[in-house]
Amino acid sequence: METTTTNDQTRDYARELGIAAAGHQFLTTPVGDDVLEINKDSVTEVFRRFKDSGKFDMLIDVTCVDHSKLTPGRKKRFDVVYHLFSTKSFSRLRVKAQVGEEETIASITPIYRGANWFEREAFDMFGVRFDGHPNLTRILTHHEFVGHPLRKDYDADQQQHCSSALPVHFQPDPNFKSEGRQLVPLNIGPSHPATHGTLRIMAEIDGETIARANVEIGFLHRCFEKMAETHPYNQVIPYTDRLNYCSAPMNNIGYCKAVERLLGVEIPQKAQAMRVILAELSRVIDHFICLGAMAVDLGALTGFFHLFTYRELVYTLFEKLCGARLTVSMTRIGGMAQDAPEGWFDDVLDAVKKLNAAVDELDRLLTGNKIWQQRTQNIGAISAEDAISWGYTGPCLRAAGVGIDLRKTQPYYMYDQLDFKIPVGTTGDVFDRYLVRVAEMKESLKIVEQVCKNVPAGDYTIRDKSIVLPEKSEVYGNIEGLMNHFMLVIKGLRPPVGDLYDATEAANGELGFYLVSDGSGRPYRLKVRPPCFAIYQSFPDSVTGGLLSDVIPIMGSMNLIAGELDR
Amino acid sequence: MGETQNNQSTELLHPPGAQQLISSLNDRALEEMSKSFAFATRLDDLVAWGAKNALWPLPYGTACCGIELMSVMGPKYDLARFGAEVVRFSPRQADLLLVAGTITEKMVPVLVHIYEQMLDPKYVISMGACASSGGFYRSYHVLQGIDKVIPVDVFVPGCPPTPEAVLDGVMTLQRMIAEHTPRPWRDNWKRPSFLKPIE
Repeated sequence: METTTTNDQTRDYARELGIAAAGHQFLTTPVGDDVLEINKDSVTEVFRRFKDSGKFDMLIDVTCVDHSKLTPGRKKRFDVVYHLFSTKSFSRLRVKAQVGEEETIASITPIYRGANWFEREAFDMFGVRFDGHPNLTRILTHHEFVGHPLRKDYDADQQQHCSSALPVHFQPDPNFKSEGRQLVPLNIGPSHPATHGTLRIMAEIDGETIARANVEIGFLHRCFEKMAETHPYNQVIPYTDRLNYCSAPMNNIGYCKAVERLLGVEIPQKAQAMRVILAELSRVIDHFICLGAMAVDLGALTGFFHLFTYRELVYTLFEKLCGARLTVSMTRIGGMAQDAPEGWFDDVLDAVKKLNAAVDELDRLLTGNKIWQQRTQNIGAISAEDAISWGYTGPCLRAAGVGIDLRKTQPYYMYDQLDFKIPVGTTGDVFDRYLVRVAEMKESLKIVEQVCKNVPAGDYTIRDKSIVLPEKSEVYGNIEGLMNHFMLVIKGLRPPVGDLYDATEAANGELGFYLVSDGSGRPYRLKVRPPCFAIYQSFPDSVTGGLLSDVIPIMGSMNLIAGELDR
Repeated sequence: MGETQNNQSTELLHPPGAQQLISSLNDRALEEMSKSFAFATRLDDLVAWGAKNALWPLPYGTACCGIELMSVMGPKYDLARFGAEVVRFSPRQADLLLVAGTITEKMVPVLVHIYEQMLDPKYVISMGACASSGGFYRSYHVLQGIDKVIPVDVFVPGCPPTPEAVLDGVMTLQRMIAEHTPRPWRDNWKRPSFLKPIE
């Protein structure tokens, strides 16, 4: 395995592979994404070569696109779309394979085990069958659901009731033997204090040890992707807020950034600065919730109340900026919705001082605390290799010793001009994840301070008439403004035909948007790649063989937000 | 029972209107009244007074509203000021179901099961647009309002509602309890027919 590969080398490799086999094609999209189109029968071979050569060691996402409305008359209805990432050269590759309605495609779960849940989701949403998948069952919709909702012929508002909850169940595992042991089934959730909402864990315990475990998700499947397909681009923004609602602005930013890249526009410096500030403040309050809630679950209620005092500080800043506390919807495609009020950046600087003190206090309260250490150290440890194979990103990956942060590896906005470090752990256990989060908060506050002290002058949005609504004074003041407003509201902004994958570093890890545009005013397909979805699928593995009491800190450290997990 | 013998404490518990009514009657009429219907009214008021000031909520936080509910419980807004800070995740111990967040079709059997497990008297607050009507998720997997499956006493609007709005919702419920507001939605409630009976 090569240790250093450049982006170009990886691209050449993919290109050669594309040219080598019949029916394969390598191309680069107008926005610069590398795409390899392959024959569905060679999926196993191609991915095996990618994995074994070490060129693309991480599978980011598997999804599907229904082409029945995009390219009518095409023989094969679906595109199965894979996104690969190299943790060495940081290059990305999109692989597409066409699959007909009656056909099956080989599962790549034996090669990249992180593909497991993503393939189940594609099956659930589109009905594409993956051969050789260990457990191809529904994952987001309920077990009595009929049909595949993201197909274009399924109505968005066609609801189906569910008559009962599933009993405790487990994934089939040929290696599991229960003979000679007295196993007790245990169900936690979906409404349980430690699950913070809608997660369900099922386990069989042998004394205090977990013999096997399983999780059920989908209790908060609100159909984000279907909603995105039925709304104009700008109206999708409030839906994105509610993905990871602990750090809502980061989702706004990730989505807008993807659409802007497809449109080929760059937003003004001031809008970038505001987005960076919002994103980093969100990262801090997201970690507050994660650590505060984890502390509550381990018996330290004080930490939670304490951190919430400071979370309110940031809410107040958001409220001053736009009137909303939690779900701010402050970005628009092309920039921000409005300028920051006078003195807002000074308020942020004031708050940063207090937040810095809060993080220090948290550090003093927990890091040296014996109980905290004993409950978190050497628990849920994961090697860098395993973390990559599951598709870990964000603080959980960095805690395992892999220093990948999209703000450094593919810098966007002004991150390459800012001074900050990427904290990295060693063992990947719960304590390391905690330490990484604490250190990250300090770095984020450093970033906010730097940006606030040096806010670029200029406009808060671009003024392209085909993208951004005119100012209200224009709309009410002259006919051009009124017509412009009318046309944009009625027809919507229309990105060119094409597709792209764009990712930002959200509080939980890589938040990716795969967007397919058919040139109309609504996204044809919008797939979210939620960071905790990939992380959570390793959960049964992480807890099996451990103690029952360790389940809770492991779950807390993964920072599972049902909104983005189930979408 | 202690309430009938101890005049001082019963008088304290009278709502102002009743006290005026009683003072206008002569002693004998008062005595007659206390033997017939007045006693029942007083105990009702006493129970209502206790119930409204010691609501033990079960925070059924599923989504974004759950995060705002944390703020309501948190130090700044402090639900403890209204006697409702003792959160209980066991339905047997709770008397207020605070549904904060989207309820999906997959969640419905769980929600109804939990509601049925609660002991009377029980109340339901629906926090936020999603719980109240499905919100802007008019979609294939979201229940279009929890009042379709369980009886709701107070709807709190907002997406998510501000903590002030939630406090207002709790105070509204307290007023309803104190005034013995009739709750036909609760009295006529039937378990949704599409749900299987629980074994």
